[in-house]
This record gives sequence, structure tokens and C-alpha cells, in this order.
Amino acid sequence: MTELSMTELSPQLLLYIATAACLFAIGVYGFIVGPQTLRRILALNIISAGIFMLMVVLAYRGLANGQARASPDPVLHALILTGLVVAVSATAFALALLGRLKQTQASPEHQP
Amino acid sequence: MSLLLFDTALCLLLLALALASMLSRQLVNAVMLYIAFGLMMALAWARLAAPDLALAEAAIGAGLTGALCFSALARQQLDITAAALSWPQRLWPATFVVLMLGGILAALLQLPSVASPLVAVAQAELINSGVSHPVTAVLLNFRSWDTLLELVVLLLALLGALPVAPAEKSATSWSLGLSWSRLLAPMVILLAGYLLWAGASQPGGAFQAGVLLAAGAVVLRLNQQLNWLSWCNFWVRLLVVAGIAVFVLVALLALWLTPANVDAVWLSWPPLLAGGIILLIEVFATLAIASTLTLLVVGEPAPQHNRTESV
Repeated sequence: MTELSMTELSPQLLLYIATAACLFAIGVYGFIVGPQTLRRILALNIISAGIFMLMVVLAYRGLANGQARASPDPVLHALILTGLVVAVSATAFALALLGRLKQTQASPEHQP
Repeated sequence: MSLLLFDTALCLLLLALALASMLSRQLVNAVMLYIAFGLMMALAWARLAAPDLALAEAAIGAGLTGALCFSALARQQLDITAAALSWPQRLWPATFVVLMLGGILAALLQLPSVASPLVAVAQAELINSGVSHPVTAVLLNFRSWDTLLELVVLLLALLGALPVAPAEKSATSWSLGLSWSRLLAPMVILLAGYLLWAGASQPGGAFQAGVLLAAGAVVLRLNQQLNWLSWCNFWVRLLVVAGIAVFVLVALLALWLTPANVDAVWLSWPPLLAGGIILLIEVFATLAIASTLTLLVVGEPAPQHNRTESV
């Protein structure tokens, strides 16, 4: 158990871990490159999806081993559930700010 | 073997949707691809033995975030096409991201495959929690601070978004959409009630029910129904605050009800009353989450007078 456990993770879990890391990377790329602000907000959401997926995989570890009375980690699931709602409220706030910004830029009275 | 095939297809689909959403020129396409991505994400979570998250993600990722982004798009021009980026502008970020990905993967692959010890702790304490579903027990009993603070975050987001909400464009509802949303509303209420009740023993609970109710209310609001559901209405404001208020009041009550010989701990329920307390908090939390998210998504027609002077 204490040895390097690289091979202990099942191929399915490795697959999902790699996907989570790639989602994170795609989100970071979109955040750096994407010229529109709305795209950057979407990119942040994709980053959070990657992180949540990694947490779900971590919660799933016990199940994959086939231990007796196994269940996924409820603490991590509860944290992700909280995180989902916080993420959507932050997105809504960001979009409200963005909408106001666009309106201010578009209004003809606005001359710096 | 077939399961591995399914997993591979799902992961590839997720990555392709995310990549396409980030690379597509048109913002409309990006938002649509993101909605599809949210649905696939829900599927992945159902696969990874997280049905609670799958329920919430199906309503949030595919429903609410999509509605949010589309209403944000509708305020801008729909046909914003980004100028094509030059190769160095794409290449340098890509190199950086690939290097970072390599580092992350190298770190992640050394994760131990042993489940965290918290699983056993949660299982052992489940009898005293008042509910039999571990996730609900963690959310509303073991770690109720998280849930309380999350309700505060929701309220803060709403309070922050209200003053900056841009003026809404007057939209007309589509008659098919109107009749369909009216047909949908009773189903949504029924399902949300079921999810709330089921949360005690099965996947479900306040979050999923609240998000589902919010999605239903958003559909109705976009069709010019439920016009009373706005921040100007005193009762709606009361409903938004009710989640936190009931939570704190119940916590104070629980402190008061704790027998003298037991150490009173903030936000810990007496085992005998825990079931009722959790249900009470969940009902009001559901209503608060639903009304807050609806107001966040639909926004508020800001008062039109002296807008230009304030700029």
C-alpha cells in the first residue's frame, strides 16, 4: 500500500483523471487566448468543470478498489455541490457586470 | 471492456466539446457547445457514482448557465466574430498550457488509490445525523457551515448583480414557448418537491430541488409570466433572505434545546430532532436558492430614469 501506487489506479480512473487535467488545460488556454470577455467566463466554467471532475474521481477511488461497504466520498460530493452553486452565482455576477460594461461602451454619451 | 469503451467515448466527447467551445469563432456557437458540454458532464458524473452532482449539473450546466449566457449574448450583438489570431498569439499560450498539463499529469498520476478516511467517519456518524443519505448528512449536519456560507455567497452575488444589471430589452414571448412553459411548470414543481423529500434517503436534496425550481421559473419569466417575481416585491426579498434567516434561527434554537450536560456546539443538531431540523432548513433553502438564482438569471429591469447622468 505504501509503495508508489501508479499502477494501482484502474485504467478508467486514469482516463478520467487525464480528462480532468485536459479540461483544466483547455480552460486555461481559452482564458488566455479568447478575445471576448464572455468566452473568458465560459473558459473559467470549463476550468471549474475540470477541477470538479478531478474531485469526483478522488471521491470515486474507494469504489474502484472493490472494498467492502464501499461508497464514494460524501464529503467531496457535498463540497462539489456547494461549489457548483457558487460557480453559477459567480458566473451570473460576472455576466451582469459584462452586460453593464457593454451598455456603457455602446451608449453615445460615454466619451472619456 | 464495453464500459471502458463508453468511458473513452465520453471523455473524448467532453474534450472535443470543450475545445470546440473555446476555439469556435462565433460566441453563439461557443455557448451552444458549452451547453452540450454541461449535459455530457452530467452523464460523466452519473457514471462516476455521483448522482447528486449529475442532477445538479443537468439543471445548472445545461439549463441555468445556458440561459444566463444567452441572455448576456442577447444584450450584445449576436454576430460578434473575433478577429483571427496570428500564429504566435496562439502558439505561446498553447506551449505554456501543454507544459503545465504535463506537470499536472505527472503529479496526478501519483495519487494513492486508497479512499480517504473521511468516508468511514461519515458512515459511522450517519446514524446520528437524522437522514440516511450521506451527502445530505454532510451538507446539512456535519458540515453545515459550508451550506450556510454558500447561501450567504448566493445572496452576496445577487446583491452585487442587482445594481449593475443592465436594462432589459423588451422581448415578446413566443406563443408555443408560452404554452409549453405553462405545461412544464406543474411538472417542475412536482419534481422539485420529490427531489427535496427524497434527499433524506436517496440522491436529491435542497440544492437540486432549488436549481430545478429556478430553471422552471426562468423559463416562465422569459415568457413574461410570474411578473411578481422581482426584487421590488417585498415577499420575494423575504424569500431570498429566508434561507439564511431560518438556518441561523434554527441553529440558535438547537443551541437552546441542547441539554445542559452536553457541550453545545454551534450548528450541530441534537440527534433526535435532526431529521425535522434538516427538513425545515432544506425547505427554506430550496425556496431561497430558487428565487435567488431566478433573480440572478433573469435580472431586473433597471429603472430607466437618469441612467445617462450616472454614467
